[in-house]
Amino acid sequence: MLRIRNLQAGYGKLRVLRGVSLHVRAGELVTIIGANGAGKTTLLHTVAGLVPAQGGEIEFDGTDLTRVAAYSIVGHGCALVPEGRQVFAVMSVEENLLLGAYTRPTRDRAGVRETLESVYRLFPVLRERRRQYAGTLSGGEQQMVAIGRARMAQPRLLMLDEPSMGLAPLVVKDIFKTLAGLHAAGVTILLVEQNARAALAIADRGYVMETGAILMEGAARDLLNNNDVQRAYLGKDYQSIGERTLPGAETQRQTR
Amino acid sequence: MPGRYTPLLILSALVVGLQLATAATGTSYYLTQLTMTAYYTLVVVGLCILMGYAGQISLGHAGFFAIGGYTTAFLTTFNLAPHAQQPVAALLLRTGLAVSSRDLYGAALTTLHPGLAFLCALALAAGVAVLIGIPVLRLKGHYLAMATLGFGLIVYRVVLGTPALGAADGLSDVPAFVLAPGVKITGGAAGRIANYYAAWGLVILGALLVLNLMQSRAGRALAAIHGNESAAQALGINTAAFKLRLFVFSAILAAAAGALLTHYTGGIGPSEAGIMKSVRYVAIVAVGGMANLWGTIGASALLNFLSLRGYFGIYDDAVFGGCLVGMMLFAPQGLRARATFDRLRAWVRGRRRT
Repeated sequence: MLRIRNLQAGYGKLRVLRGVSLHVRAGELVTIIGANGAGKTTLLHTVAGLVPAQGGEIEFDGTDLTRVAAYSIVGHGCALVPEGRQVFAVMSVEENLLLGAYTRPTRDRAGVRETLESVYRLFPVLRERRRQYAGTLSGGEQQMVAIGRARMAQPRLLMLDEPSMGLAPLVVKDIFKTLAGLHAAGVTILLVEQNARAALAIADRGYVMETGAILMEGAARDLLNNNDVQRAYLGKDYQSIGERTLPGAETQRQTR
Repeated sequence: MPGRYTPLLILSALVVGLQLATAATGTSYYLTQLTMTAYYTLVVVGLCILMGYAGQISLGHAGFFAIGGYTTAFLTTFNLAPHAQQPVAALLLRTGLAVSSRDLYGAALTTLHPGLAFLCALALAAGVAVLIGIPVLRLKGHYLAMATLGFGLIVYRVVLGTPALGAADGLSDVPAFVLAPGVKITGGAAGRIANYYAAWGLVILGALLVLNLMQSRAGRALAAIHGNESAAQALGINTAAFKLRLFVFSAILAAAAGALLTHYTGGIGPSEAGIMKSVRYVAIVAVGGMANLWGTIGASALLNFLSLRGYFGIYDDAVFGGCLVGMMLFAPQGLRARATFDRLRAWVRGRRRT
């Protein structure tokens, strides 16, 4: 469905993505994990057209997205749930959601209503709060608004940028459960996360990104069990230090 | 819960009430300034949504006002009689799009129909808005303000330096514009009341248009652009096209106001295109509160009326400049009329319960 080849992008002279290649098949849940500054957000922004590509190609269902303006990429069926949620604070929850359906034809009122209902079924709490300003919601509820808003466009590919950011662990669990549910219902998802363990637990496949390039690719289960990934992103040693409390443990952590 | 049209009804009631009050007290000469106030209010209604909802500042709206006024004034005073043989003039005469009359000295005068001139004025303003909007709206913040300021200066200098537009004298002897049977847009005591209602009727119509626009899909898109432009784009909103359309819409409102005020006062001079006029419009929107339509209409009605009656004397421009500086310093969100009302309503309700 999505095939990225040798993608290069950045800001001004700063090159952030140095030849990224990856693909997402229809129905898959693919996650990209990596540390801060690895280029994960830039990658999603480039796919969404918010950052211009400087080289390479992004093929989405046969269309080259590098040639499509940001505002018409949603119309091609590729929606982004941005980092930090970016809900419109002084608009009501329902207005936020309706904005998500912006690219759908105005005649299709019944269809938009139906999608709205499906979002409310997915997140019942949003129905209760639909008249409330989105800015007054909790972080987790705002994340639901952001996901619901992207769903309103009925995209074939849903891209999420750090949905766990700044949320309480219990809320994160809920959000990931929802994502797993969407995946089970056949939605194609590209998930960028720093919370590698949670992301890999629900994903089919994963990519490890570092300093603007893909370092590793594989089935999510394999990555979860991979020693390098565990050490770098899952904090395996850290945990075992806590469990073992060996005399040399402090120095071992510092050398990591 | 008050409906969204409640303020509109209040405004209509105020308009009628004010007219009845002037009739009862024998001060109907106030209606002349109130009519002119209405036309200036039409300009700030357009500017209010451009600034408040799309977050675009324009220090060039007096330019659009002048384009509307001057186009109307020029086309309705340009004598076609000596050119009657030329094909364009002949066609206009034959199709009834030109009107013939006699001037003050009894010479034959043939001019373009005011309705057609009005449409030309709107079309010219829209065209200019598109042409300068495409490059200028790529700018943001004070760069956008500077660019629109430049546009206003250009219009001012052009009308001041063009002999065909009367240079420093401007154009006068603009004929009446028959808007509807019995409603003639022109000065003079006879049509005062009709003109007053026509002008404020247009303001109410403009406000109604804006209200409905804001509640629609386009209004949500505009609010999203104001909230976060990148996020709006990520939702599939063509932000550049939206900003341009709104810019053109507000330019058309300004041009319509300029054209009608020119018919009303019978002429237009270069001061209408001046930079201080643009600053005045921005100051009024700032006082009313950036995205507050009713606050803006109220501020415009009050300040314009006081200014037109001459209460500010030689400090006229200073008052508006001072308003702008004061608002930016102490209340960049505008005088929160809404918050004041809410507090008042809570107080009244608290009273009733005891």
